Amino acid sequence: MEQLKTIGRELAMGSQGGAWAGQSKEFLDLVKSIGEARSKAEEDRIILLEIETLRRRIAEPDVPRRRMKDYIIRLVYAEMLGHDASFGYIHAVKMTHDDSLALKRTGYLAVTLFLSDDHDLIILIINTIQKDLRSDNYLIVCAALTAACKLINEETIPAVLPQVVDLLAHPKEAVRKKAVMALHRFYQRSPSSVSHLISNFRKKLCDNDPGVMGASLYPLFDFITEDVNSYKDLVTSFVSVLKQVAERKLPKTYDYHQMPAPFIQIKLLKILALLGSGDKQTSGHIYNVLSDIFRKCETSSNIGNAVLYECICCVSSIYPNAKLMDSAIEATSKFLKSDSHNLKYMGIDSLGRLIKINPDIAEEHQLAVIDCLEDPDDTLKRKTFELLYKMTKSSNVEVIVDRMIDYMISINDNHYKTEIASRCVALAEQFAPSNQWFIQTMNKVFEHAGDLVNVRVAHNLMRLISEGFGEDDEGADSQLRSSAVDSYLRILGEPKLPSLFLQVICWVLGEYGTADGKYAVSYIIGKLCDVTEAHLCNDTVKAYAISAIMKICAFEIAAGRKVEMLPECQSFIDELSASHSTDLQQRAYELQALLSLDSQAVGSVLPLDASCEDIEVDKELSFLNNFVQQSIEMGANPYLPESEQLGMSGVSNFRSPYQQEASSHTLRFEAYELPKPSSIPVIPQASVLTQTRDLVPVPGTTYYRENNLGSKLPTGPEASSADVGIKLRLDGVQKKWGKPTYSSSSSGATSAEKTTNGIGAHQDGIRSQSRDTVYDSRRQQPEVSAEKQRLAASLFSSSASKTEKKPTSGQRMPKGSDANAEKSSVARSVSPGNSEVKTAAPDLLDFGEPVPISAPTIDPFKELEGLIGPAQAVIDNSITTSGVQAPDLMATLYMDTPPSGSRSSSSGLVSEGVYSTDKGSHTAKPTPAVKKGPNLQDALGKDATVRQVGVTPTGNNPNLFRDLLG
Amino acid sequence: MIRAVIVMNTQGKPRLLKFYEFQPPEKQKELMRSVLAVLSGRPDNVSNFVEADAIFGPGTRLVYKHLATLYFIFVFDNSENELAMLDLIQVFVETMDRCFKNVCELDIVFNFNKMHAIVDEIIFGGQVLETSSEQVMKAVEEIARLEKSSNSISFVPKAVSGRFGR
Repeated sequence: MEQLKTIGRELAMGSQGGAWAGQSKEFLDLVKSIGEARSKAEEDRIILLEIETLRRRIAEPDVPRRRMKDYIIRLVYAEMLGHDASFGYIHAVKMTHDDSLALKRTGYLAVTLFLSDDHDLIILIINTIQKDLRSDNYLIVCAALTAACKLINEETIPAVLPQVVDLLAHPKEAVRKKAVMALHRFYQRSPSSVSHLISNFRKKLCDNDPGVMGASLYPLFDFITEDVNSYKDLVTSFVSVLKQVAERKLPKTYDYHQMPAPFIQIKLLKILALLGSGDKQTSGHIYNVLSDIFRKCETSSNIGNAVLYECICCVSSIYPNAKLMDSAIEATSKFLKSDSHNLKYMGIDSLGRLIKINPDIAEEHQLAVIDCLEDPDDTLKRKTFELLYKMTKSSNVEVIVDRMIDYMISINDNHYKTEIASRCVALAEQFAPSNQWFIQTMNKVFEHAGDLVNVRVAHNLMRLISEGFGEDDEGADSQLRSSAVDSYLRILGEPKLPSLFLQVICWVLGEYGTADGKYAVSYIIGKLCDVTEAHLCNDTVKAYAISAIMKICAFEIAAGRKVEMLPECQSFIDELSASHSTDLQQRAYELQALLSLDSQAVGSVLPLDASCEDIEVDKELSFLNNFVQQSIEMGANPYLPESEQLGMSGVSNFRSPYQQEASSHTLRFEAYELPKPSSIPVIPQASVLTQTRDLVPVPGTTYYRENNLGSKLPTGPEASSADVGIKLRLDGVQKKWGKPTYSSSSSGATSAEKTTNGIGAHQDGIRSQSRDTVYDSRRQQPEVSAEKQRLAASLFSSSASKTEKKPTSGQRMPKGSDANAEKSSVARSVSPGNSEVKTAAPDLLDFGEPVPISAPTIDPFKELEGLIGPAQAVIDNSITTSGVQAPDLMATLYMDTPPSGSRSSSSGLVSEGVYSTDKGSHTAKPTPAVKKGPNLQDALGKDATVRQVGVTPTGNNPNLFRDLLG
Repeated sequence: MIRAVIVMNTQGKPRLLKFYEFQPPEKQKELMRSVLAVLSGRPDNVSNFVEADAIFGPGTRLVYKHLATLYFIFVFDNSENELAMLDLIQVFVETMDRCFKNVCELDIVFNFNKMHAIVDEIIFGGQVLETSSEQVMKAVEEIARLEKSSNSISFVPKAVSGRFGR
């Protein structure tokens, strides 16, 4: 705008005051003095003074209306400059009641700018809006509609909805148009409140006035985004409208820069892109009109290019058509070759869309893309990185990621830094050509954006280093590790490393710093002590550092060498022993305790390079079984679970409150149930009810809780089916099995979270499974008749083994191929467990949000029949196989050295503990295994994503491991 | 959907602020600051688009036009087309120019309520309402005329009474 060049005119316009559009002298003075203000402080002072004046004047009685309008405008101005003018809101609200159009409009303007849609004063305006919507003066109606758009929220929509709907038939097209848009706004606020009006929008598509038709496209676009399939019938209408628009059938007034109604065209193209996406038949209708527009589009004007760009988007979204693709490619290359940065930007964006259909077209634009990458324009650069991100293959990943990292280092914008760092990580994880490269890249990312990347990335990196890349090639693994150690020792010299990166460094040095014998123990320990001094460390880093020192010492002691405590190390330990953090204290004391142990004990506490081994946590404490057995033989009272100690064992649904406390430790928000006679459990519904009630009232679900629910959920119908079919006694049942399920599943979750995949674990798994079987069958021996007992035992055992297996299968999951074989063998022995293994594992593995397992719908009776046979076999089997192994107490006690995650602790156990005298009714347990079946698909999907995000040798990123696996 | 219309001068003084999702004044101030920081760092002769997800939330972009001492900024999400938004700014500026003849920053400062009227005729509830500056002018003048007739008190000099209704 040439004319705007005159804007620099000086502000001293006092002499011309009268010329300025009905504003008062005072307002002019205000603006003038603000304009002349030398500093921010001076400006603030002027405004505050002004606000004080207004506060006084506005409260005076009998302010003339015109003067009041002036005050309100000044208030709006003051608030625009960022000062609070809330004292005047009520006056603005009052002004909306005024009869004069000018004042009313000023009032509406002020309230729309002042008030949020949940402000208390809104309630005073609703009535006025309602009245104004019915006004004869269409300008008042328009003003009211504008205000309604801004001020009406979900709760107040019903108050004005009927009036707005009536306006759809208003004679003035401007009003109809605004009414349609207001309804659209209501839809955005609260879709449910206007969902019954969707047909009205469809009708408005056929309005006589093209403007109203155009307005109806906005809501329709939103509806179609939500649900494509319900609107396929409109495709032909949209196409014909678009055709008419493109052929200039609309009145001349809709032309804009010689383009016929470009905004309507753009919206229609967006809608058609949605409708035609992945739908060959629909796309067929669209082809013609698209090629028409391609041909007619003017590329000299800005708006022409906007339409053209929208055509390209549409082409890339609908079912591909060769001819249209050519036109789109041609248009894109025109954009890319243009001098205008705006068009280049659009070109890069279009290219990004088109390569999804045909990756080859990027090649011919290589140079243009590189130019854009070098461009001083930041927006264009970022768009280009986005394109590169989409184009990345294993062949070009190194170049692209290097570029990205360079750019990442050069910018200060944390938001974008985070984004680009996460992209680098994603690309590196997916396409890394070698592990060496991967680790180097990760180091760079950490070094420059360490505190911005997800913690998960750090854990993945540690896991990758520790796991290595294949069991066969130990040499390569250790080479990788020593190169990582080398690079970290070098990097430690740099100042200001992000804490997340320091954690990784400490961990790696602790695990592998001394592994290849290249560095002296004292050197590494010295470095680790330096870490905490040289960098400003938080407690987490210190914890990592001390654990690393502990590990190194342990390796030394285990190898029979003597560890010399460096003075700085000793002072570090002393410092931590006196730390405010109990965690750090404990670690320091543990280290001291460890130093005094003999080499064998140390070796089993912290075995060398065992970070990938799993810890089998024995939640049953079954290593105490011997002891318990002996005590009982000597006449001690057997252990009663807490619930039974409370004397509630006869009440069928006692476990509902108990379980709640046990599992969630949250407050109960509902009353305890009245005790009911024990006959209730035989009625299926009753027990289902108790089950479901269990799930309802707990707010703030946690991960473990979810898990717990997941495994508990299925019991309801099962239990009932067992009740009906087999008529076992149910007293105290659910509690009995409920708790073990809970504990074992959560242990699975923790260990899976902490670590990864242990090869040794599956054996433990099988053993523990069989152990459980025995253990369970023993438990129920008293009181149930032989046949029922066997049935129950078989059912129960399958469920027990299933719950036991969860953790092991979860841990094994990522290892892929070899684990699969194991898994299937396990699964074969317990057929219902099969589905369970697959479903449960991903849940446990999932480091993100757990997915609650919904209650499935398989007929439990049928499943029961299938269960009995195989499960029984397991029992026999397991009795013979349950191994006896010395419990490793130390390992269990020390297992919480966090960075290393988990050490293996052998937990094959003697299974002869009489754990409780719980009565029969283990029948409740059997079928949950089966019950989870229907979730298989979900779970597999989950599994797939888990693999994708994690760096695992299987699944989506084979390239990463190719060179090491050969 | 268009999230906001911002007019501010190169020093960051707001001249017109219209947010289609309510923002409290302090938040508005903060947004203005971040926008200014981004825009003032951009050289001339680069594109008019900026990805604004750091400022206005994910998926948002802004298109700006730098004219004399003013930035005209439209913030919108991915249901709009950047080039089209750029033209919408053009419509806005054209309309102002028709309205004020030889528009300058001062016009905008003193008539920001009229500016709001113009914006309301172009964008309604975050959606594009009208793209012809003639039509917008007609609507605004109609409002001015009716306001005048309903509000007979006027101290506006004759020379400008045709143009300024309020």
